[in-house]
Amino acid sequence: MTEQTRAGTVIHDIGYRHYDGPRLTTRQIERALFTETVRAAFGWGRSARSKVMPLLLLASTCLPALIICIVISVVPLVDEVPGGYPSYPFSVQVALAVFVGSQAPAVISKDLRFRVAPLYFSRPLSRTQYVRARYAGMAVALFVLIALPLTILVVGALLAELPWREQVTAYLTAMGGAALHALVLAGIGLLIAALTPRRGLGVAAIVTVLLVLSGLQATVTALAEEFGASTLADLGGLLSPFALVDGTLGVLGADDASIRAPGLDEGLGVLYPLLVVLVVAGCYALLVRRFRKVGIG
Amino acid sequence: MLIETRGLTKRFGAVTAVEELDVEVGAGITGLVGANGAGKSTVLKILLGLLEPTAGEARVLGLDVTTDGPEIRGRVGYMPEHDCLPPDMSATEFVVHMGRMSGLPAAAARERTADTLRHVGLYEERYRPMGGYSTGMRQRVKLAQAIVHDPQLVLLDEPTNGLDPAGRDDMLELVRRASTEFGISVLVTSHLLGELERVCDGLVVIDGGRLLRQSTLAAVTQETPVVAVEVDGDVGALLPVLVEAGLTLRADGATLLVRVEDDAALDTVRDAVARLGLGLVRLERQRHRMTELFEEPVGAP
Repeated sequence: MTEQTRAGTVIHDIGYRHYDGPRLTTRQIERALFTETVRAAFGWGRSARSKVMPLLLLASTCLPALIICIVISVVPLVDEVPGGYPSYPFSVQVALAVFVGSQAPAVISKDLRFRVAPLYFSRPLSRTQYVRARYAGMAVALFVLIALPLTILVVGALLAELPWREQVTAYLTAMGGAALHALVLAGIGLLIAALTPRRGLGVAAIVTVLLVLSGLQATVTALAEEFGASTLADLGGLLSPFALVDGTLGVLGADDASIRAPGLDEGLGVLYPLLVVLVVAGCYALLVRRFRKVGIG
Repeated sequence: MLIETRGLTKRFGAVTAVEELDVEVGAGITGLVGANGAGKSTVLKILLGLLEPTAGEARVLGLDVTTDGPEIRGRVGYMPEHDCLPPDMSATEFVVHMGRMSGLPAAAARERTADTLRHVGLYEERYRPMGGYSTGMRQRVKLAQAIVHDPQLVLLDEPTNGLDPAGRDDMLELVRRASTEFGISVLVTSHLLGELERVCDGLVVIDGGRLLRQSTLAAVTQETPVVAVEVDGDVGALLPVLVEAGLTLRADGATLLVRVEDDAALDTVRDAVARLGLGLVRLERQRHRMTELFEEPVGAP
């Protein structure tokens, strides 16, 4: 009724209106794309179906943390978090791999497969800014996936009145590790997704690459330890992204990184943080190169 | 001038895609016509500041394409020729996102998306996944994403390609409305001249990267002293009567093209038709047609 004028005629079309409100700077547009990427990684703002997978995986990374919390609060004898904080991502690596595998293609392959990318590049953002926003968004989504269970763990540990100084120190170290995991996994995942625009293929390729590398690393490390080849055992960790970050934490001085072998921090150990930097910078550079090749016409 | 190029040249190695192009595009709808490979898309890329010219300069909305690319792209809209719609998204979701990427704040993007989709003629279906859209609907969404941020100028790359005749007419009507009702100037490319002349105010024709012809509609389609006469009955009877009355004319099928130098000639035609007892179906002043630009000049009728 509000659309009815006094004369009783209904206004059907108010005509085209021009927009003269504020417009975003390219930096703000980049931030908007970043936010959209984080949301898209969790299926937020999308159909219910696209939320199932990410939320299931978020649940499966958090569930062990919840169980541990229950255990330490019920069993009075436990005076530390079983497994420790920094190695937590290592123990939920399958869930992380599947998350990267299912969400990196959803975030980036779509733009290539359906040729949406030219629409971005005919707009203010540069290709570098596009890649930066997508990469940062994917990394933050992964960080949430790892940081949430770690936070549950530390809250549980503090509620169970475990020594707070140790707990918080270990927690903060693990958060650093979570950030490294997020950067490395997002880089590898997005790069593979950008090279395999077909969705099914991208999912399979990312999960396969991450899990095969992990398996390979476990086998090499185990064999090397069996035969007493300690150098090889030390280097084996470089094979898988999870062990790589784990080893980096060890080299940088975290107490309980799970694959840290004796002697790693002398000489060869420096390869771990170096490779992390190389992987992140390399994936970013290759992504930018991939999107530079996208024409608009 | 919305677009101005001077000596614009682009070479890819040994291949010259655009050569010494001097073009001026004003408000309204301008057609950029050329065969495939004539350099149309290269020109569009240069205008969007995505491709650096080898020589010469180009200004869009008064901005230099080599230095102000991001600002130009914020104030210009672009509709690509190819399909660019993710099938699992709805038109609303998609256009809101693209509006954000063009620099609209979140609330404005939502509001303008609803408006723009309505203006291009997409109603209830805008909430459904785009995978199920017809070609015509997809073209409408593509146009909507190009104008959602209310650009001053929109570049449309072959918007009628792949459409059936009815869809083609719809699209051209939309292009016309974008200019007349929305006040957005349009540069539209096509390899078909005929369809553009119906909607364009100006025309730029390029071939092999060179400017072949440039003209504005005013010059192209101004009135001519020729009137088309169509009657309900025997044209053969009318023709000798008009010749006898001293008029210059030519028969074109069932239509007579009569040269009228003054209004008295029109009276002569009317009287002759009435005397013969014929019904006058059409008496219409002819305009120059754009296609004539590319034909050999024809002699007087």
